[in-house]
Amino acid sequence: MKLTLRVWRQRAADADGAMSTYEVDGISADMSFLEMLDTLNEELILKGEDPVAFDHDCREGICGACSLVINGDAHGPERTTTCQLHMRSFADGDTIDVEPWRASAFPVVKDLVVDRSAFDRIIQAGGYVTAPTGAAPEAHATAVPKPDADFAFEHAECIGCGACVAACPNGAAMLFTSAKVNHLNVLPQGAPERETRVLDMVAQMDEEGFGGCTLAGECATACPKGIPLVSITGMNKEWLRATRKASRR
Amino acid sequence: MARTVWDSSVGKKTVMAVSGLIMLLYLVVHMIGNLKIFFGPGEFNHYAHWLRTVGEPFMHYEWTLWLIRVALVVAVFAHATSAYQLSRRDIRARPNKYVHKKARASYATRTMRWGGIILALFIVWHILDLTTGTVHSGGFQEGHPYQNVVDTFSTWYGNVIYIVAMLALGLHIRHGFWSAAQTLGVGSRNRDRALKTVANALALLLTAGFLAVPVGVMTGLVS
Repeated sequence: MKLTLRVWRQRAADADGAMSTYEVDGISADMSFLEMLDTLNEELILKGEDPVAFDHDCREGICGACSLVINGDAHGPERTTTCQLHMRSFADGDTIDVEPWRASAFPVVKDLVVDRSAFDRIIQAGGYVTAPTGAAPEAHATAVPKPDADFAFEHAECIGCGACVAACPNGAAMLFTSAKVNHLNVLPQGAPERETRVLDMVAQMDEEGFGGCTLAGECATACPKGIPLVSITGMNKEWLRATRKASRR
Repeated sequence: MARTVWDSSVGKKTVMAVSGLIMLLYLVVHMIGNLKIFFGPGEFNHYAHWLRTVGEPFMHYEWTLWLIRVALVVAVFAHATSAYQLSRRDIRARPNKYVHKKARASYATRTMRWGGIILALFIVWHILDLTTGTVHSGGFQEGHPYQNVVDTFSTWYGNVIYIVAMLALGLHIRHGFWSAAQTLGVGSRNRDRALKTVANALALLLTAGFLAVPVGVMTGLVS
């Protein structure tokens, strides 16, 4: 396959960026999108040019490191991560636009790499369970009803890639935050911090400069892990419950 | 608690949801009241007078009406202020647009902000036209709402302003009602279809109900 790439190039965080056009040839339909970018970078290095910087790690679709807005879609046209997107999803001769996640809370570090530590700080605000560490407890010591376990697991699938923020017209992190809140709040292990978790995580989310939810639904459409939009409804419910409880104290 | 709610983006959305639902409830009552115009000037004018005497003798003349007016002003103000502040936050959160543009979300969702501005301007015109009579076409007659309504919808601009506003209202309710349910945490996977159906039904019913009046005047059914 022969492709024309238009890639966002930006030297540094404070530098101006622009789309640069590159031609790549000899691309196999079985290559992943990142392998295609590797091919481009090999050529750029051989020519003595600066390779395109992009985030990647496991390349198995489970770590949440890869990003990229491809032709206006977070993680491209398929509902998966960019590393699991294959070139067979494109046609020979296509022009592909590659841009970084766009949100003021995710500043561009270089080219296609953005700083997602805002997500880490949201997790630090309450995305954990305070439990005594040590040997793993007996699995049946705490009973969890099956529907609750399924609900928690569905939300635990979130890999924190930030596609929800990238797709949201308001740059909101509601889907990410709600996945974490719902995951822990439904479980007995998460119960002691149920109220503080949602209040602190939402407060941190606002603090980081993410936008608000207008229920456009773009986040859930872009999510490679299929976190549903109704997750946000669940978090709103938890937030209202926690606010009411906190006011009674 | 008020501080927590107002300082949070989720809290401000709650304010929007609650104030929106208050206005929606009022609109249903308002729309039903409007339809009395089809039963002649006697019934319509009598209904308008009754609105001023509701609650008597416990309430004095027009007390109930003013109570509702105050509640509505508070709701409109709370709705608009939170919408403005949330929109500012949203725009700040996404300062750089994507080069590759895509049509996103439904029409109703994308037009919430402009639709809201159109509705706010409409409310101002509507009050100046039919409550105070300041910008009314022809002679505004206090206590004769039937004639005043006929006057307004006998002008082309009166019809245009009203019809545009009512279409904006329908779109606003279509996304707004369903969104309010999500914000208040009453939505769920099982209830989603029902909530969307109710939102669409309310939007359609209110738009059609309100539009019946100018259409009635234009077709000569009401004169």
